[in-house]
Amino acid sequence: MKKVLDIMQKRAKQLLGEGIVNRVIGWKTGEFGYDQTPAVFTSAAELSSLVYDSFSAPNLSKYLIEETKKEGKALVFLKPCDTYSFNQLIKEHRIDREKVFVIGVECSGKVDINSLKSRGAVGVIGVEDNGEKVIAHTLYGDMEFAKDDVLLEKCRSCKGKQHMVFDELIIVNPVKEEKNDRFIGVDALDAMTPDERFEFWRGQLLKCIRCNACRNVCPACSCIKCVFDNQNSGVASKASPDTFEEQMYHVIRAFHVAGRCTDCGECTRVCPQDIPLHLLNRKLIKDMNAFYGEYQAGTDTDSRAPLTNYTKEDVEPNVISDKGGDK
Amino acid sequence: MQVENKEFKPTIVAFCCNWCSYAGADLAGTGRMQYPANVKIIRVPCSCRVNPTFILRAFQRGADGVIMCGCHPGDCHYTSGNYYARRRMTMLFDFLDYLGIEKGRTRVEWVSAAEGARFASVMNEFVKNVTELGPNKRITDLRCKMEKEGE
Repeated sequence: MKKVLDIMQKRAKQLLGEGIVNRVIGWKTGEFGYDQTPAVFTSAAELSSLVYDSFSAPNLSKYLIEETKKEGKALVFLKPCDTYSFNQLIKEHRIDREKVFVIGVECSGKVDINSLKSRGAVGVIGVEDNGEKVIAHTLYGDMEFAKDDVLLEKCRSCKGKQHMVFDELIIVNPVKEEKNDRFIGVDALDAMTPDERFEFWRGQLLKCIRCNACRNVCPACSCIKCVFDNQNSGVASKASPDTFEEQMYHVIRAFHVAGRCTDCGECTRVCPQDIPLHLLNRKLIKDMNAFYGEYQAGTDTDSRAPLTNYTKEDVEPNVISDKGGDK
Repeated sequence: MQVENKEFKPTIVAFCCNWCSYAGADLAGTGRMQYPANVKIIRVPCSCRVNPTFILRAFQRGADGVIMCGCHPGDCHYTSGNYYARRRMTMLFDFLDYLGIEKGRTRVEWVSAAEGARFASVMNEFVKNVTELGPNKRITDLRCKMEKEGE
């Protein structure tokens, strides 16, 4: 990782110096050592604080919506899964491709600080990934963890290590592709009875504090004016006097990104209440794959999403009520 | 002590396309076919006009069942509206089922302007099913319920 970061800094400085780009979008360390936040760098001096390690999980694609409205070209570092969101935003005409220089960076999975903490790591100041183990540097010495235990949910069900779009690639150690079934969680819920599912989701959604972090981080949720900001909608309040608000909010949000969600997993990562929001999006992805053929949003910039397309032979909606099971 | 003996009468919201099922409902009426009075019809210009929010909003405001009626596939007044609506509602209804909301509360039916009898029979059957399911408790807004009862 250190080596990758060196190349990234060197190349970014070079491109800035040549005037090809006038700013760089990357990550820098926030309040804590594990808090790598998105940042814009405009000079070579600033670039020395650029970081890229196993905590650099934030997806930088969404920042380009605002950045490409400005003068000049921006350099952005994208991990493989971020490139799907980038493609999707180009498809929706939210990003001006001409104004972005994309450098794809290698990724071997990002570490979840909450998993580290729950496994007893206190005072984490850094992390190192040696391919098999994750070594957390803490104020009280180093701790070793099995990689599968501490990866983020989105990385445990990684979509692949291929960049969908890039101008340049920085790959030092090619990472082995591992295909995981990302629908295991959805299948488990599907196998439950409706009553059990209702109890599960009520328990999960009741935790929601409507901080809107999932919406704000989501690259697909980029409407200029969101329906949930409308005070007259009846579901715009922060606190939740009624469970309907959470149901409404999460159903509509998941449905609005259906077909456009690239399953980047940012919603689950940022949720302060640990609600498994990816299970909502993945259910819709699973359904679309089953009913309308395999589709992965963000693999290209011109195909039509399942919900903006149709065939005359589509399944009838009553397959749902007729599919058996109780109620 | 007063014993309440109120028979449960579900509130059904039916979204009907202006070009087919709304006229079908009209035909059922002029033909004096019986269908339950608790079906509240909302006329929409096309089944594709029905936004998922409408469905949830209907449940919020106290509906026990929501049915969407449109033109038969291939017969859309706007060529392809009902094809999009078909995909959208398939996804939404399966999603509501995933959240544990009884799938008997949602339905899509294709009813043409000439099918007055079919409109009546579809509504009779749907109301019967929802009555069996009982009042909607899972996706409703308590505040709206209180308002409704306070009236």
